[in-house]
Amino acid sequence: MNWASPIVLFVAGWLAAFAPTQFVVLRDLLGAPVSLGPALVVYAAFTHGLPTATLFAAMLGLGSDALSGSRLGLGALMPIAAAFFLSTRQHLLLRDERYAQFWLGLGAGVALPLGHGWILVAAHAEPAIGWHSVRQLLVLGVLNGAACPAFFWAFDRLRQSLEYPAAPTSFQAGLREMKRGRS
Amino acid sequence: MLKRPQTIVVSAVALLLVLLLNLPAGAAARLKLALGGLFLPLLGISSASQSFVDRASYELLPRATLIAEVQRLEKDNAALRVEAALGAEAAAENQRLRAQLGSLPRGAWRPRLARVVGRDASTWWRTCLIDYGSRDGAVVNQPVVTAQGLVGRIASVGHSHSQVALVGDASCGVAVLVSETRDHGIVAGGQSTTDAGMVEMTTFQQTPGIVSGQVVLTSGEGGVFPKGLVVGTVVDARPARSGLFTSARIRLGAHLNRLEEVWVLAP
Repeated sequence: MNWASPIVLFVAGWLAAFAPTQFVVLRDLLGAPVSLGPALVVYAAFTHGLPTATLFAAMLGLGSDALSGSRLGLGALMPIAAAFFLSTRQHLLLRDERYAQFWLGLGAGVALPLGHGWILVAAHAEPAIGWHSVRQLLVLGVLNGAACPAFFWAFDRLRQSLEYPAAPTSFQAGLREMKRGRS
Repeated sequence: MLKRPQTIVVSAVALLLVLLLNLPAGAAARLKLALGGLFLPLLGISSASQSFVDRASYELLPRATLIAEVQRLEKDNAALRVEAALGAEAAAENQRLRAQLGSLPRGAWRPRLARVVGRDASTWWRTCLIDYGSRDGAVVNQPVVTAQGLVGRIASVGHSHSQVALVGDASCGVAVLVSETRDHGIVAGGQSTTDAGMVEMTTFQQTPGIVSGQVVLTSGEGGVFPKGLVVGTVVDARPARSGLFTSARIRLGAHLNRLEEVWVLAP
Protein backbone atom coordinates (compact mmCIF):
# COMPACT_ATOMS: atom_id res chain seq x y z
CA MET A 1 0.00 0.00 0.00
CA ASN A 2 1.20 3.48 -0.84
CA TRP A 3 0.88 5.78 2.20
CA ALA A 4 1.86 9.00 0.44
CA SER A 5 -1.63 9.81 -0.80
CA PRO A 6 -3.43 9.43 2.58
CA ILE A 7 -0.64 11.38 4.29
CA VAL A 8 -0.99 14.25 1.80
CA LEU A 9 -4.77 14.12 2.29
CA PHE A 10 -4.49 14.29 6.09
CA VAL A 11 -2.00 17.18 5.93
CA ALA A 12 -4.42 19.01 3.61
CA GLY A 13 -7.21 18.31 6.12
CA TRP A 14 -5.08 19.71 8.97
CA LEU A 15 -4.53 22.91 6.98
CA ALA A 16 -8.19 23.04 5.91
CA ALA A 17 -9.34 22.82 9.56
CA PHE A 18 -7.03 25.72 10.46
CA ALA A 19 -7.66 27.94 7.40
CA PRO A 20 -11.10 29.25 8.54
CA THR A 21 -9.45 30.90 11.58
CA GLN A 22 -7.22 32.99 9.28
CA PHE A 23 -7.67 35.23 6.20
CA VAL A 24 -9.60 37.85 8.18
CA VAL A 25 -9.87 40.32 5.29
CA LEU A 26 -11.25 37.68 2.92
CA ARG A 27 -13.58 36.44 5.65
CA ASP A 28 -14.99 39.92 6.20
CA LEU A 29 -15.33 40.44 2.47
CA LEU A 30 -17.19 37.16 1.92
CA GLY A 31 -19.07 37.22 5.20
CA ALA A 32 -18.10 33.61 5.86
CA PRO A 33 -14.96 31.73 6.92
CA VAL A 34 -12.78 30.20 4.19
CA SER A 35 -13.77 26.64 4.99
CA LEU A 36 -12.83 24.14 2.27
CA GLY A 37 -13.25 21.01 4.39
CA PRO A 38 -16.47 19.83 2.64
CA ALA A 39 -14.75 19.78 -0.77
CA LEU A 40 -11.91 17.73 0.71
CA VAL A 41 -14.41 15.27 2.21
CA VAL A 42 -15.91 14.79 -1.28
CA TYR A 43 -12.44 14.18 -2.74
CA ALA A 44 -11.51 11.75 0.06
CA ALA A 45 -14.76 9.81 -0.29
CA PHE A 46 -14.30 9.34 -4.05
CA THR A 47 -10.60 8.57 -4.19
CA HIS A 48 -9.80 6.74 -0.98
CA GLY A 49 -11.40 3.79 0.72
CA LEU A 50 -14.23 4.09 3.22
CA PRO A 51 -11.93 3.67 6.28
CA THR A 52 -9.55 6.44 5.16
CA ALA A 53 -12.43 8.75 4.18
CA THR A 54 -14.20 8.18 7.52
CA LEU A 55 -11.02 8.77 9.56
CA PHE A 56 -10.27 11.86 7.51
CA ALA A 57 -13.78 13.27 8.06
CA ALA A 58 -13.50 12.59 11.81
CA MET A 59 -10.11 14.34 11.96
CA LEU A 60 -11.42 17.33 10.02
CA GLY A 61 -14.51 17.68 12.23
CA LEU A 62 -12.61 17.30 15.51
CA GLY A 63 -9.94 19.76 14.36
CA SER A 64 -12.63 22.28 13.47
CA ASP A 65 -14.33 21.76 16.85
CA ALA A 66 -11.01 22.32 18.65
CA LEU A 67 -10.72 25.76 17.02
CA SER A 68 -14.32 26.86 17.54
CA GLY A 69 -16.81 27.33 20.34
CA SER A 70 -18.51 24.04 19.49
CA ARG A 71 -18.72 21.05 21.81
CA LEU A 72 -16.09 18.47 20.83
CA GLY A 73 -17.55 15.86 18.50
CA LEU A 74 -20.61 17.74 17.26
CA GLY A 75 -18.73 19.14 14.27
CA ALA A 76 -17.54 15.69 13.17
CA LEU A 77 -21.01 14.17 12.73
CA MET A 78 -21.84 15.73 9.36
CA PRO A 79 -18.43 15.18 7.68
CA ILE A 80 -18.49 11.52 8.75
CA ALA A 81 -22.05 11.08 7.50
CA ALA A 82 -21.12 12.72 4.17
CA ALA A 83 -17.96 10.61 3.79
CA PHE A 84 -19.95 7.43 4.49
CA PHE A 85 -22.78 8.38 2.12
CA LEU A 86 -20.52 9.35 -0.78
CA SER A 87 -18.03 6.54 -0.30
CA THR A 88 -20.68 3.81 -0.28
CA ARG A 89 -22.37 5.29 -3.37
CA GLN A 90 -19.34 6.34 -5.38
CA HIS A 91 -20.12 3.76 -8.11
CA LEU A 92 -23.52 5.45 -8.64
CA LEU A 93 -22.27 9.03 -8.84
CA LEU A 94 -20.34 10.85 -11.54
CA ARG A 95 -16.88 11.85 -10.40
CA ASP A 96 -14.61 12.39 -13.38
CA GLU A 97 -16.46 15.28 -15.01
CA ARG A 98 -15.59 18.75 -13.77
CA TYR A 99 -19.22 19.91 -13.59
CA ALA A 100 -20.11 16.86 -11.48
CA GLN A 101 -17.25 17.69 -9.11
CA PHE A 102 -18.49 21.30 -8.93
CA TRP A 103 -22.03 20.26 -8.00
CA LEU A 104 -20.80 17.69 -5.48
CA GLY A 105 -18.58 20.34 -3.86
CA LEU A 106 -21.39 22.88 -3.86
CA GLY A 107 -23.81 20.38 -2.34
CA ALA A 108 -21.33 19.41 0.37
CA GLY A 109 -20.43 23.05 1.01
CA VAL A 110 -24.08 23.84 1.76
CA ALA A 111 -25.22 20.56 3.33
CA LEU A 112 -22.40 20.08 5.86
CA PRO A 113 -22.64 23.48 7.61
CA LEU A 114 -26.44 23.36 7.35
CA GLY A 115 -26.52 19.93 8.99
CA HIS A 116 -24.04 21.11 11.63
CA GLY A 117 -26.26 24.10 12.40
CA TRP A 118 -29.32 21.86 12.65
CA ILE A 119 -27.49 19.53 15.06
CA LEU A 120 -26.47 22.52 17.21
CA VAL A 121 -30.05 23.80 17.31
CA ALA A 122 -31.29 20.31 18.20
CA ALA A 123 -28.66 20.14 20.96
CA HIS A 124 -29.86 23.55 22.32
CA ALA A 125 -26.37 24.99 21.84
CA GLU A 126 -27.68 28.46 20.78
CA PRO A 127 -25.60 28.98 17.64
CA ALA A 128 -25.63 32.42 15.96
CA ILE A 129 -28.25 31.72 13.29
CA GLY A 130 -30.01 34.45 11.33
CA TRP A 131 -30.55 35.70 7.81
CA HIS A 132 -26.79 36.14 7.51
CA SER A 133 -26.54 32.33 7.73
CA VAL A 134 -28.23 32.02 4.29
CA ARG A 135 -25.51 34.19 2.76
CA GLN A 136 -22.81 32.21 4.58
CA LEU A 137 -24.20 28.92 3.27
CA LEU A 138 -24.33 30.25 -0.30
CA VAL A 139 -20.76 31.55 -0.07
CA LEU A 140 -19.53 28.26 1.38
CA GLY A 141 -21.38 26.35 -1.35
CA VAL A 142 -19.80 28.37 -4.16
CA LEU A 143 -16.34 28.26 -2.52
CA ASN A 144 -16.44 24.49 -2.12
CA GLY A 145 -17.98 24.04 -5.57
CA ALA A 146 -15.05 25.91 -7.08
CA ALA A 147 -12.48 24.19 -4.87
CA CYS A 148 -13.69 20.62 -5.47
CA PRO A 149 -12.57 20.29 -9.15
CA ALA A 150 -9.31 22.04 -8.22
CA PHE A 151 -8.69 19.50 -5.46
CA PHE A 152 -9.45 16.58 -7.80
CA TRP A 153 -7.07 17.98 -10.41
CA ALA A 154 -4.23 18.86 -8.01
CA PHE A 155 -4.39 15.78 -5.79
CA ASP A 156 -4.77 13.41 -8.73
CA ARG A 157 -1.62 14.92 -10.28
CA LEU A 158 0.19 14.60 -6.96
CA ARG A 159 -1.05 11.05 -6.55
CA GLN A 160 0.19 10.05 -9.98
CA SER A 161 3.62 11.43 -9.20
CA LEU A 162 3.85 9.75 -5.79
CA GLU A 163 2.33 6.34 -6.46
CA TYR A 164 3.83 3.46 -8.40
CA PRO A 165 2.91 3.61 -12.10
CA ALA A 166 0.60 0.88 -13.40
CA ALA A 167 2.41 -2.03 -15.05
CA PRO A 168 2.36 -1.66 -18.86
CA THR A 169 0.28 -4.24 -20.73
CA SER A 170 1.46 -5.69 -24.01
CA PHE A 171 -0.64 -5.72 -27.17
CA GLN A 172 -0.86 -9.50 -26.83
CA ALA A 173 -2.58 -9.32 -23.46
CA GLY A 174 -6.00 -9.07 -25.09
CA LEU A 175 -5.33 -12.11 -27.25
CA ARG A 176 -4.29 -14.21 -24.28
CA GLU A 177 -7.41 -13.45 -22.23
CA MET A 178 -9.57 -16.49 -21.68
CA LYS A 179 -12.98 -15.92 -23.21
CA ARG A 180 -15.89 -17.76 -21.70
CA GLY A 181 -19.14 -18.63 -23.42
CA ARG A 182 -19.92 -18.66 -27.12
CA SER A 183 -18.37 -15.92 -29.20
CA MET B 1 -22.32 -4.45 1.69
CA LEU B 2 -19.33 -3.38 3.79
CA LYS B 3 -16.22 -5.50 4.04
CA ARG B 4 -14.94 -6.52 7.43
CA PRO B 5 -12.03 -4.02 7.77
CA GLN B 6 -14.37 -1.24 6.66
CA THR B 7 -16.96 -2.25 9.24
CA ILE B 8 -14.31 -2.29 11.98
CA VAL B 9 -12.98 1.20 11.16
CA VAL B 10 -16.44 2.78 10.74
CA SER B 11 -17.64 1.18 13.99
CA ALA B 12 -14.50 2.37 15.82
CA VAL B 13 -15.02 5.95 14.59
CA ALA B 14 -18.72 5.84 15.55
CA LEU B 15 -17.81 4.50 19.02
CA LEU B 16 -15.18 7.23 19.45
CA LEU B 17 -17.76 9.89 18.60
CA VAL B 18 -20.30 8.47 21.04
CA LEU B 19 -17.62 8.48 23.76
CA LEU B 20 -16.60 12.08 22.95
CA LEU B 21 -20.18 13.31 23.00
CA ASN B 22 -20.77 11.70 26.38
CA LEU B 23 -17.61 12.95 28.05
CA PRO B 24 -18.06 15.17 31.12
CA ALA B 25 -17.73 18.88 30.27
CA GLY B 26 -14.37 19.27 32.04
CA ALA B 27 -12.77 16.28 30.31
CA ALA B 28 -14.18 17.37 26.93
CA ALA B 29 -12.71 20.87 27.42
CA ARG B 30 -9.28 19.43 28.31
CA LEU B 31 -9.36 17.10 25.30
CA LYS B 32 -10.39 20.00 23.10
CA LEU B 33 -7.40 22.02 24.30
CA ALA B 34 -5.13 19.05 23.65
CA LEU B 35 -6.46 18.76 20.10
CA GLY B 36 -6.07 22.51 19.67
CA GLY B 37 -2.40 21.99 20.55
CA LEU B 38 -1.97 20.19 17.22
CA PHE B 39 -2.45 23.55 15.52
CA LEU B 40 0.20 25.37 17.57
CA PRO B 41 2.82 25.19 14.77
CA LEU B 42 0.35 26.82 12.39
CA LEU B 43 -0.59 29.46 14.98
CA GLY B 44 3.13 30.14 15.44
CA ILE B 45 3.64 30.53 11.69
CA SER B 46 0.60 32.82 11.53
CA SER B 47 1.90 35.01 14.40
CA ALA B 48 5.40 35.15 12.93
CA SER B 49 4.14 36.14 9.48
CA GLN B 50 1.89 38.82 11.03
CA SER B 51 4.88 40.24 12.96
CA PHE B 52 6.98 40.15 9.79
CA VAL B 53 4.34 42.12 7.86
CA ASP B 54 4.11 44.64 10.72
CA ARG B 55 7.89 45.09 10.82
CA ALA B 56 8.06 45.44 7.06
CA SER B 57 5.38 48.13 7.14
CA TYR B 58 7.35 50.01 9.84
CA GLU B 59 10.45 49.89 7.64
CA LEU B 60 8.50 51.41 4.77
CA LEU B 61 7.15 54.35 6.80
CA PRO B 62 8.94 57.66 6.14
CA ARG B 63 11.03 59.08 9.00
CA ALA B 64 9.00 62.31 9.11
CA THR B 65 5.77 60.33 9.67
CA LEU B 66 7.39 58.37 12.49
CA ILE B 67 8.68 61.53 14.19
CA ALA B 68 5.23 63.16 13.93
CA GLU B 69 3.68 60.00 15.39
CA VAL B 70 6.16 59.93 18.29
CA GLN B 71 5.43 63.59 19.08
CA ARG B 72 1.69 62.94 19.03
CA LEU B 73 2.10 59.92 21.31
CA GLU B 74 4.30 61.90 23.72
CA LYS B 75 1.57 64.54 24.00
CA ASP B 76 -1.10 61.87 24.52
CA ASN B 77 1.12 60.17 27.09
CA ALA B 78 1.59 63.39 29.06
CA ALA B 79 -2.16 64.10 29.04
CA LEU B 80 -2.93 60.52 30.11
CA ARG B 81 -0.38 60.74 32.96
CA VAL B 82 -2.20 63.79 34.32
CA GLU B 83 -5.55 62.00 33.98
CA ALA B 84 -4.12 58.89 35.65
CA ALA B 85 -2.81 60.95 38.56
CA LEU B 86 -6.24 62.56 39.01
CA GLY B 87 -7.86 59.13 38.66
CA ALA B 88 -5.53 57.62 41.25
CA GLU B 89 -6.44 60.38 43.70
CA ALA B 90 -10.16 59.78 43.06
CA ALA B 91 -9.69 56.00 43.44
CA ALA B 92 -7.86 56.47 46.75
CA GLU B 93 -10.66 58.75 47.98
CA ASN B 94 -13.22 56.16 46.80
CA GLN B 95 -11.42 53.39 48.72
CA ARG B 96 -11.33 55.55 51.87
CA LEU B 97 -15.05 56.29 51.62
CA ARG B 98 -15.83 52.59 50.98
CA ALA B 99 -13.78 51.68 54.05
CA GLN B 100 -15.73 54.23 56.12
CA LEU B 101 -19.04 52.80 54.85
CA GLY B 102 -17.87 49.27 55.59
CA SER B 103 -18.00 48.14 51.92
CA LEU B 104 -15.48 45.75 50.44
CA PRO B 105 -12.64 47.53 48.60
CA ARG B 106 -12.94 47.35 44.82
CA GLY B 107 -10.11 45.31 43.29
CA ALA B 108 -7.73 46.86 40.80
CA TRP B 109 -7.36 45.34 37.32
CA ARG B 110 -4.07 45.11 35.49
CA PRO B 111 -4.40 45.12 31.69
CA ARG B 112 -2.21 42.63 29.79
CA LEU B 113 -1.72 42.98 26.05
CA ALA B 114 -2.58 40.02 23.80
CA ARG B 115 -2.63 39.58 20.05
CA VAL B 116 -5.56 38.02 18.20
CA VAL B 117 -4.15 35.09 16.20
CA GLY B 118 -7.30 33.47 14.84
CA ARG B 119 -11.05 33.59 14.51
CA ASP B 120 -13.67 30.92 15.10
CA ALA B 121 -13.35 28.05 12.64
CA SER B 122 -17.09 27.67 12.16
CA THR B 123 -19.88 30.04 11.19
CA TRP B 124 -21.99 29.41 14.27
CA TRP B 125 -19.98 30.98 17.09
CA ARG B 126 -18.44 34.32 18.00
CA THR B 127 -15.03 33.43 19.38
CA CYS B 128 -11.40 34.27 18.67
CA LEU B 129 -7.98 32.96 19.68
CA ILE B 130 -5.40 35.10 21.48
CA ASP B 131 -1.72 34.43 22.17
CA TYR B 132 -2.19 34.65 25.93
CA GLY B 133 -2.33 31.37 27.80
CA SER B 134 -1.82 29.85 31.22
CA ARG B 135 1.95 30.55 30.99
CA ASP B 136 1.06 34.29 30.89
CA GLY B 137 -1.42 34.01 33.76
CA ALA B 138 -4.65 33.57 31.79
CA VAL B 139 -7.63 32.29 33.76
CA VAL B 140 -11.11 31.40 32.54
CA ASN B 141 -13.60 34.32 32.75
CA GLN B 142 -11.01 37.11 32.67
CA PRO B 143 -12.54 40.11 30.84
CA VAL B 144 -11.10 41.08 27.46
CA VAL B 145 -11.37 44.68 26.25
CA THR B 146 -10.02 47.20 23.76
CA ALA B 147 -9.75 50.94 24.20
CA GLN B 148 -13.12 51.23 22.41
CA GLY B 149 -15.02 48.82 24.66
CA LEU B 150 -15.76 45.34 25.92
CA VAL B 151 -14.72 42.42 23.69
CA GLY B 152 -15.71 39.37 25.73
CA ARG B 153 -14.33 36.94 28.27
CA ILE B 154 -11.77 34.14 28.21
CA ALA B 155 -13.74 30.92 27.65
CA SER B 156 -10.94 28.34 27.70
CA VAL B 157 -7.24 28.48 28.45
CA GLY B 158 -4.41 26.56 26.81
CA HIS B 159 -0.71 26.72 27.59
CA SER B 160 0.13 29.50 25.15
CA HIS B 161 -3.27 30.43 23.69
CA SER B 162 -6.78 31.12 24.95
CA GLN B 163 -10.18 31.17 23.35
CA VAL B 164 -12.22 34.34 23.89
CA ALA B 165 -16.02 34.22 23.74
CA LEU B 166 -17.02 37.53 22.17
CA VAL B 167 -19.98 39.64 23.32
CA GLY B 168 -23.12 38.07 21.84
CA ASP B 169 -21.76 34.51 21.76
CA ALA B 170 -23.86 31.82 23.44
CA SER B 171 -21.34 31.61 26.30
CA CYS B 172 -20.92 35.35 26.87
CA GLY B 173 -23.94 37.07 28.34
CA VAL B 174 -23.24 40.49 29.88
CA ALA B 175 -25.14 42.35 32.59
CA VAL B 176 -25.32 45.99 31.50
CA LEU B 177 -26.75 49.36 32.45
CA VAL B 178 -27.55 52.46 30.44
CA SER B 179 -25.24 55.23 31.61
CA GLU B 180 -27.74 58.11 31.33
CA THR B 181 -30.88 56.42 32.74
CA ARG B 182 -29.18 53.83 35.02
CA ASP B 183 -31.63 51.19 33.69
CA HIS B 184 -30.28 47.67 34.06
CA GLY B 185 -30.51 45.01 31.39
CA ILE B 186 -28.77 42.06 29.85
CA VAL B 187 -27.01 41.35 26.57
CA ALA B 188 -27.88 37.69 26.26
CA GLY B 189 -25.78 35.06 24.49
CA GLY B 190 -26.69 33.39 21.19
CA GLN B 191 -27.27 36.64 19.33
CA SER B 192 -28.45 36.15 15.75
CA THR B 193 -28.13 39.66 14.33
CA THR B 194 -26.87 40.03 10.76
CA ASP B 195 -24.26 42.56 11.80
CA ALA B 196 -21.48 41.21 14.06
CA GLY B 197 -21.02 44.69 15.52
CA MET B 198 -24.58 44.81 16.82
CA VAL B 199 -26.17 43.03 19.80
CA GLU B 200 -29.58 43.11 21.42
CA MET B 201 -30.10 44.29 25.00
CA THR B 202 -33.23 43.51 27.03
CA THR B 203 -34.12 45.45 30.15
CA PHE B 204 -35.86 43.91 33.13
CA GLN B 205 -38.87 46.23 32.85
CA GLN B 206 -40.48 48.71 30.46
CA THR B 207 -38.07 51.66 30.23
CA PRO B 208 -39.24 54.38 27.84
CA GLY B 209 -36.27 56.59 28.69
CA ILE B 210 -33.83 54.59 26.58
CA VAL B 211 -33.12 56.44 23.33
CA SER B 212 -30.59 56.37 20.54
CA GLY B 213 -27.06 57.54 21.38
CA GLN B 214 -27.04 56.61 25.06
CA VAL B 215 -23.96 54.76 26.33
CA VAL B 216 -24.25 51.20 27.64
CA LEU B 217 -21.81 50.06 30.34
CA THR B 218 -21.20 46.81 32.19
CA SER B 219 -23.14 46.82 35.46
CA GLY B 220 -20.71 44.63 37.37
CA GLU B 221 -23.46 42.14 38.26
CA GLY B 222 -22.56 38.52 37.75
CA GLY B 223 -19.00 39.02 38.92
CA VAL B 224 -17.25 38.40 35.59
CA PHE B 225 -16.93 41.93 34.22
CA PRO B 226 -15.96 44.94 36.35
CA LYS B 227 -18.49 47.76 36.53
CA GLY B 228 -18.19 50.65 34.10
CA LEU B 229 -16.65 49.10 30.97
CA VAL B 230 -18.10 50.58 27.79
CA VAL B 231 -20.14 48.01 25.86
CA GLY B 232 -21.53 50.28 23.13
CA THR B 233 -24.17 52.85 22.27
CA VAL B 234 -27.93 52.47 21.82
CA VAL B 235 -29.04 52.47 18.17
CA ASP B 236 -32.78 52.17 18.78
CA ALA B 237 -35.20 50.83 21.39
CA ARG B 238 -38.70 49.36 21.28
CA PRO B 239 -41.13 47.66 23.70
CA ALA B 240 -40.83 43.86 23.78
CA ARG B 241 -43.06 41.01 25.02
CA SER B 242 -46.29 43.06 24.96
CA GLY B 243 -44.63 46.03 26.59
CA LEU B 244 -43.27 44.18 29.62
CA PHE B 245 -39.64 44.87 28.71
CA THR B 246 -37.67 47.17 26.47
CA SER B 247 -35.45 45.72 23.78
CA ALA B 248 -32.64 47.87 22.39
CA ARG B 249 -30.12 47.36 19.65
CA ILE B 250 -26.58 48.21 20.76
CA ARG B 251 -23.74 49.16 18.43
CA LEU B 252 -20.69 47.61 20.11
CA GLY B 253 -17.82 49.97 20.90
CA ALA B 254 -15.15 47.40 20.02
CA HIS B 255 -14.91 46.40 16.35
CA LEU B 256 -15.17 42.63 16.76
CA ASN B 257 -14.41 42.02 13.07
CA ARG B 258 -11.23 44.05 13.16
CA LEU B 259 -9.61 42.92 16.39
CA GLU B 260 -5.81 42.80 16.28
CA GLU B 261 -4.66 43.54 19.81
CA VAL B 262 -6.78 43.23 22.94
CA TRP B 263 -6.27 43.78 26.66
CA VAL B 264 -6.93 41.00 29.14
CA LEU B 265 -7.88 42.39 32.55
CA ALA B 266 -6.03 40.43 35.22
CA PRO B 267 -7.14 40.89 38.85
